Amino acid sequence: MKCQKCDKPATFHITELTGGKPQELHLCEEHARAYLTQSGGDPSSATSMAAALAQQMAQQMAVGQTVEELERLDQQACPFCGITFYEFRNQGRLGCPHDYVCFENHLKPLLINIHGESEHKGKTPKRCPGGSARRTELIRLRREMKDAVAAEEYERASQLRDEIRRIEATKKDA
Amino acid sequence: MNLDDLTRNSGEWLRGAGPESDIVISSRIRLARNLADFPFISRATDQDRVQIEAALKDSIFSIQEASELLYVDVEELEGVDRQFLVERQLISREHAEGEGARAVAIDQGERFSLMINEEDHLRIQVMQSGLDLANAWDRINRIDDLIEAKVTYAYHERFGYLTACPTNVGTGMRVSVMLHLPALVITRQIEKVFRSLQKISLAVRGLYGEGSQAMGDFYQISNQITLGRSEHDLVKQVGDIVPVIIEYERQARDFLVKESQEDLHDRVSRAYGILRTAQKISSEETMHLLSSVRMGVNLGLIPGLKIPTVNELFIHTQPAHLQKLSGVELDSTDRNIERARYLRRHLSREGEANGADQN
Repeated sequence: MKCQKCDKPATFHITELTGGKPQELHLCEEHARAYLTQSGGDPSSATSMAAALAQQMAQQMAVGQTVEELERLDQQACPFCGITFYEFRNQGRLGCPHDYVCFENHLKPLLINIHGESEHKGKTPKRCPGGSARRTELIRLRREMKDAVAAEEYERASQLRDEIRRIEATKKDA
Repeated sequence: MNLDDLTRNSGEWLRGAGPESDIVISSRIRLARNLADFPFISRATDQDRVQIEAALKDSIFSIQEASELLYVDVEELEGVDRQFLVERQLISREHAEGEGARAVAIDQGERFSLMINEEDHLRIQVMQSGLDLANAWDRINRIDDLIEAKVTYAYHERFGYLTACPTNVGTGMRVSVMLHLPALVITRQIEKVFRSLQKISLAVRGLYGEGSQAMGDFYQISNQITLGRSEHDLVKQVGDIVPVIIEYERQARDFLVKESQEDLHDRVSRAYGILRTAQKISSEETMHLLSSVRMGVNLGLIPGLKIPTVNELFIHTQPAHLQKLSGVELDSTDRNIERARYLRRHLSREGEANGADQN
């Protein structure tokens, strides 16, 4: 889908609810930012995640973060799933549970923008959360194993496979 | 149990029973969950998706008798069947149109569905006819506990249940109530309701419509915020506001009855008349007219017609349902003819024996 204002791909899909009738907008990053800053940027009206993201970025730009700093942030990648912050910004979807840990500082303002809070107050799983964190390790190991196989490093691949099996076997007492 | 078994009835959410069912169609809660040891869907390989599906399928079948569950491989499904599940609100449009290994498990009474490999690894959904969020929460909480006993969910002490999109993180919960609000639409008050709901960060969406366009005056109200509040608070927030909107709708209906009884009766009767006599009719027009008829039945203007019948017509006249019921593939022109035939047959059966003549 193309941006409604230019020929670039539309990466921000905004549902504007403040006017009389709700309105769908499909915009590229640049026009999304322009749209959100001109519409006043009331945080409570930022209903979609993309809108909140674009808004947060517009704010960061406004407080004088340089282009280089934003670029550096964009290049940060999760060691587990490999997603970069730039990819997340573009897709609006995170790559794995660990992203919440490795992008924590950048996600927090976004979460506050969306939810008005950044601390969970609801249900907790009966298993200990530590077990969940340990299992995240499997994401990285499986990815490395796949890469090792692709690179024909079979010895390393088999080491990784053993490691994966060891963690998988601890499932019940997690 | 297979998909065709579902076709003949209308499922839990259109049963037309439960508290406030003249205005509240259904109450629904969904939970977004992900497995701790796999990437989210956008980064998952084909193999990851297959493994996720296998793990979740196992855990689902360990909590529910297989005979009571319809497990559908969405990837393998034909287009019309996918659309059929979307129309019944058992899967999302994204799930129907997605790619790769994905599935849905549906219970016999269509009171819950479990989507695997949608935007998150698992989306649990429960439906309840009428306004009944407390029961919906009890049920979904129990299902969630049973599944969690078998798999390890991605969970963070501070951020709660982790989801692919940060808009769902925390509780991963969406509480929604679907309302039929024709009088608020006629009296042009619906936008005022929208605006006041947005101020308290609740979302309003139309049924079936692309984006927020409402078909048949059905509106779904749901929470936007998922983080920083307990599940109980989220249920309460939506549960507290719905009676207020019901009251507005009732007042608007009273106003129409008092101030323009003839106009209202005329509108309802014409709608009923067209539905009982038309030879070709689109899905949009059907929804629009059925909405007036539904309100007319609730106001006692159409004796003999029952709400569950009207509810069923809303869904049975949708494109995929129509094709499954008639047993043949139909293009949109043929669908309009078949839809009119279906409506004539079912509405005349309810009314007089011969139908379609006098009113």
